[in-house]
Amino acid sequence: MIIFDSVTKLYPGGYTALDGISLQIAPGELVVLSGHTGAGKSTLLKLIPAIERPTSGTVQVNGQNVSSLSRRAIPYLRRNIGLVLQETRLLFDRPVIDNMLLPLVINGHPPKEAARRAAAALDLVGLSGREKEFPAGLSGGEQQRLAIARAFVNRPSILIADEPTASLDSAYASEIAGIFGSFNSAGVTVLVATHDISLFRQWSPRRIVLDHGRLMEQ
Amino acid sequence: MLNWIYLHLRAFALALERLAGQPFGTLLSALVMGIALTLPAGGYILLDNVAMLARGVSGKPEISLFLDNKADSGQIDAIRQNLREDPRLSAFRFVSRDEALKHLESSGLGDVLGGIATNPLPNAFIVTLRGDKPELFAALSEEMRGWPGVEHIQLDSAWVKRLAALLELARMTMLVLSVLLGVALVIVTFNTVRLQILTQKNEIEVSRLLGATDRFIRRPFYWFGGLQGALGGLVALGAVWIGIDTLAAPVAKVGETYGVLIVLAGPGWRESLMIVGLAIALGWLGTAISVRRHLWGRP
Ligand SMILES: Nc1ncnc2c1ncn2[C@@H]1O[C@H](COP(=O)(O)OP(=O)(O)O)[C@@H](O)[C@H]1O
Ligand SMILES: [Mg+2]
Repeated sequence: MIIFDSVTKLYPGGYTALDGISLQIAPGELVVLSGHTGAGKSTLLKLIPAIERPTSGTVQVNGQNVSSLSRRAIPYLRRNIGLVLQETRLLFDRPVIDNMLLPLVINGHPPKEAARRAAAALDLVGLSGREKEFPAGLSGGEQQRLAIARAFVNRPSILIADEPTASLDSAYASEIAGIFGSFNSAGVTVLVATHDISLFRQWSPRRIVLDHGRLMEQ
Repeated sequence: MLNWIYLHLRAFALALERLAGQPFGTLLSALVMGIALTLPAGGYILLDNVAMLARGVSGKPEISLFLDNKADSGQIDAIRQNLREDPRLSAFRFVSRDEALKHLESSGLGDVLGGIATNPLPNAFIVTLRGDKPELFAALSEEMRGWPGVEHIQLDSAWVKRLAALLELARMTMLVLSVLLGVALVIVTFNTVRLQILTQKNEIEVSRLLGATDRFIRRPFYWFGGLQGALGGLVALGAVWIGIDTLAAPVAKVGETYGVLIVLAGPGWRESLMIVGLAIALGWLGTAISVRRHLWGRP
């Protein structure tokens, strides 16, 4: 369960990115977040893994008040959340396989198990056989798919993706949407910020629209 | 437990990779740290050699107790008993006035004394001490001066005292120098680790987003700092050995001219481990400060 209670976020400089957001997301929901550029989508998503903290109001994730979580507790929160940020945040000086292994090692998986999971995840996003290549050698879409594979390789209970299909051509975009859809079908809570709602239509997602930091419709 | 070992192995591999990834910087740091360590390490080992040499040349430090000629055999026995029971002494021997005179005569000085009818020499005890501390000399001679039958005390500690003071001064100088160079070493590690943190900024941030703990992120840096310290320590050890090798022949020659056999001793296993261990500890200290300063306070 993810609960936003009157959440306001002001960035330094005084810009109000989110303005009194209250909403609840039940476990296993598929939520599609849309809105114009600058509406506050990325900010809202970043509040869940405590990358940003609300200026006022509270954010709860699985019963934990994330908005006041201690520094020590944050890693354990994040291990349960798969993240695909707008900037892919790959390790560009490391081969594909190392990018995949990092979250598994952080989670304490033994090497064999980690290798097995990494291979399966890469297979799912169509990057099998590319293990030794470097991200710089991948196309924009392939980098995006790598970032997605890295996000779900740990089998998190919450999957958050910020415009994950933005740099993909339509064939891959629907395939990626399919991956999110099937994870959701398996019980994972999925939150996707996207301009392309139609991609997710077949899973009948819940739609949330932001406009200048305010909730428009649910 | 197994996973803990695995995580350390991984951090170790990462640290090695980062060291090898910039061989010039690694070499430079190792040299700087090595040279900074060579001075105190070499200094201590040289001092050790000098102290050992001094002990060899002076033999055992001694005190001579010259007895009053009027002292009776009871007093002499009492003194003997005192000496036997004192744990601060390692040995003593009695030199009777007759023995002393014979010794003097056989040394060729007999002619000078030939005209004297009575033996002017006193009975004496020659006492050897355990240790060469000037304070021990002072305390013992003060005590012995008060014993009945003792007329005069002669220390051959004057030069021992001077040498001890000189060695002490040298040791203090080395200590101050070591502390200063130790600080320099910590600063060197602090800075290289700071640069490492800057270089690895992206990997650190990504790891954080993926749920890495502070411990996980710090671990490779501690290995990095420790390994760099170890490299510095090894350079210092090598430099000390080369120094001793170079000095050995000329020093032996100097000794030869005085008829003394001088063999310079290099650092043994214990000293070697201490030098490298100290370098690692200083590397860790620099890393700890750097990590605290540069990794902290970032979510
Ligand atoms: N780190 C930041 N510092 C200051 N302003 C920011 C920061 N991040 C986002 N903003 C501002 O907050 C508003 C919302 O941004 P964002 O959440 O990225 O919107 P969206 O993802 O919907 O495009 C924008 O006007 C943006 O300029
Ligand atoms: Mg955005």
